[in-house]
Amino acid sequence: MRGGADVKLRRRGRVDAPVLLGITVLVTLFTVLPMLVSVGAGLTNNFSRGWASGFTTRWLVEVWSLYGATAWRSVALALSCVVVALLVGVPCAWALARSRSRWARAFEELLTLPVAVPGLATALALILAYGELRGFRQSFAFILVGHVVFTLPFMVRTVAAAFARDDLVALEEAARSLGASFLQRFLGVLVPAIAPSIVAGSLMVFTLSVGEFNLTWMLHTPLTRTLPVGLADSYASMRIEIGSAYTLVFFVVILPVLWGMQAAARWIEQRHGALPSHGR
Amino acid sequence: MIAAFCIAPAAVVFAAFWLLPMAELAWLPSTKGAATYFAVLTEPRYLKSLVQTTVLSVAVTLVSLVVAAAVGLYLGRREFAGRRLLLSVLTLPLSFPGVIVGFFVILVGGRQGPFADLTDALAGQRITFAYGLTGLFLAYVYFSLPRAIASFTAVVERMDRELEEAARSLAAPRWAIVRDVWWPALQPTALAVGAILFATAMGAFGTAFTLASRYEVLPITIYNEFTNYANFALAASLSIALGVMTWAVLFVARRFGGAAAAGAAA
Repeated sequence: MRGGADVKLRRRGRVDAPVLLGITVLVTLFTVLPMLVSVGAGLTNNFSRGWASGFTTRWLVEVWSLYGATAWRSVALALSCVVVALLVGVPCAWALARSRSRWARAFEELLTLPVAVPGLATALALILAYGELRGFRQSFAFILVGHVVFTLPFMVRTVAAAFARDDLVALEEAARSLGASFLQRFLGVLVPAIAPSIVAGSLMVFTLSVGEFNLTWMLHTPLTRTLPVGLADSYASMRIEIGSAYTLVFFVVILPVLWGMQAAARWIEQRHGALPSHGR
Repeated sequence: MIAAFCIAPAAVVFAAFWLLPMAELAWLPSTKGAATYFAVLTEPRYLKSLVQTTVLSVAVTLVSLVVAAAVGLYLGRREFAGRRLLLSVLTLPLSFPGVIVGFFVILVGGRQGPFADLTDALAGQRITFAYGLTGLFLAYVYFSLPRAIASFTAVVERMDRELEEAARSLAAPRWAIVRDVWWPALQPTALAVGAILFATAMGAFGTAFTLASRYEVLPITIYNEFTNYANFALAASLSIALGVMTWAVLFVARRFGGAAAAGAAA
């Protein structure tokens, strides 16, 4: 007992790994300070004169009237992207997890290409191929398809890894031998069993879509601006306080949504985490 | 049969909105002669842009890896109140669009920024770093660090501590611990994450776009060719060159890194 306490005291007495600690502190400052400056700049009357010029919410009000619509558009777009990625990606992930053919491996490899290739290239390709279709080009669907091909591999990989678990293969066999149809097995047994992975994949797709700029900047039209596109526009053409206030709007709108989804994911994982290997 | 039915929607979406458009993009430069494909190597202007982008991306990758490994080694092996919170703050920029990171640099190191105020007070001169190579470098490191910190911390949490305790009790010098204990444990992650950081830096557009830097990177060159000069064949050729490069780096890392690379990518 006493020996243990002594060791603890000695450990507390000296700073262990001072170099690593120093780097960690510097990195934390490097990461956090720009966020604080940005939030501060969005709430001060005059950024050059600093806090002395007083606090105001007028920039936030101005941003909301100029760009408020982009926030909801981005959230709606990201949610649509999640829905499409789920409908298209989850069945595909199951098929890829159950197939051993070389074609399936090749297709899986192909699917990840939009992630490996810069978004700018994908966007140029989409414009070259479909730029002439006015109705499509000017709609949100044009941005949506870009986001879907970019985010689909994240959904497919995450979910396919879960489908490939041995216990799930056995579970599926058991359901089949009891006479469950494919739809019953898929929706009634498999999908609930891998719910945490589906949620994790959805979260990844949502995060990527809501912050996507490289593709979206090329694909957007004046009527289909998303939040990151609006941000770039305000940075280039508005005073620095407005850009900061808009960045604050991004934090205030997007981060609670993300945190809420992360909390929901953790909750589902806790409820389902034990299933099916150790569960009922 | 059912499997084919399940893959069909994904195959249709992928073929219609990526594979076929990409094939068209790949075909386009040939309409201006086969030499167009090599414009990135033969035209000094584009070659310069490619070299600049590569040098920047390599530097950003190396610095981010070293710094993030240090942070991972510190955070991965300690328990203290607020550790989870600190980790989530450090990885928060993962959800920021690149344009925000560029804006941060302008805010801090631009003409109206606190850095200029500080140098004005200290040296009587307003120094800015936002609009040149320094600003670009810092911004790229800013969005690279979170991904590397997350991966390194996760690996260090699973790292065997007894090896290092043994080395210490045998009075191994510090550099020997770094070389013989830390490096072998972290090397697969460094390779996998390094490839992802490099590919991301090569293709980063939003950050460079916001900074409008004098130091031109390839994505900006492609964007200018496409929108300002309507030179579609050249823009296509340059984006193919960039895409082949980033894909090749990721592919090689995956081949040599194996499972570690797959884990880092997920």
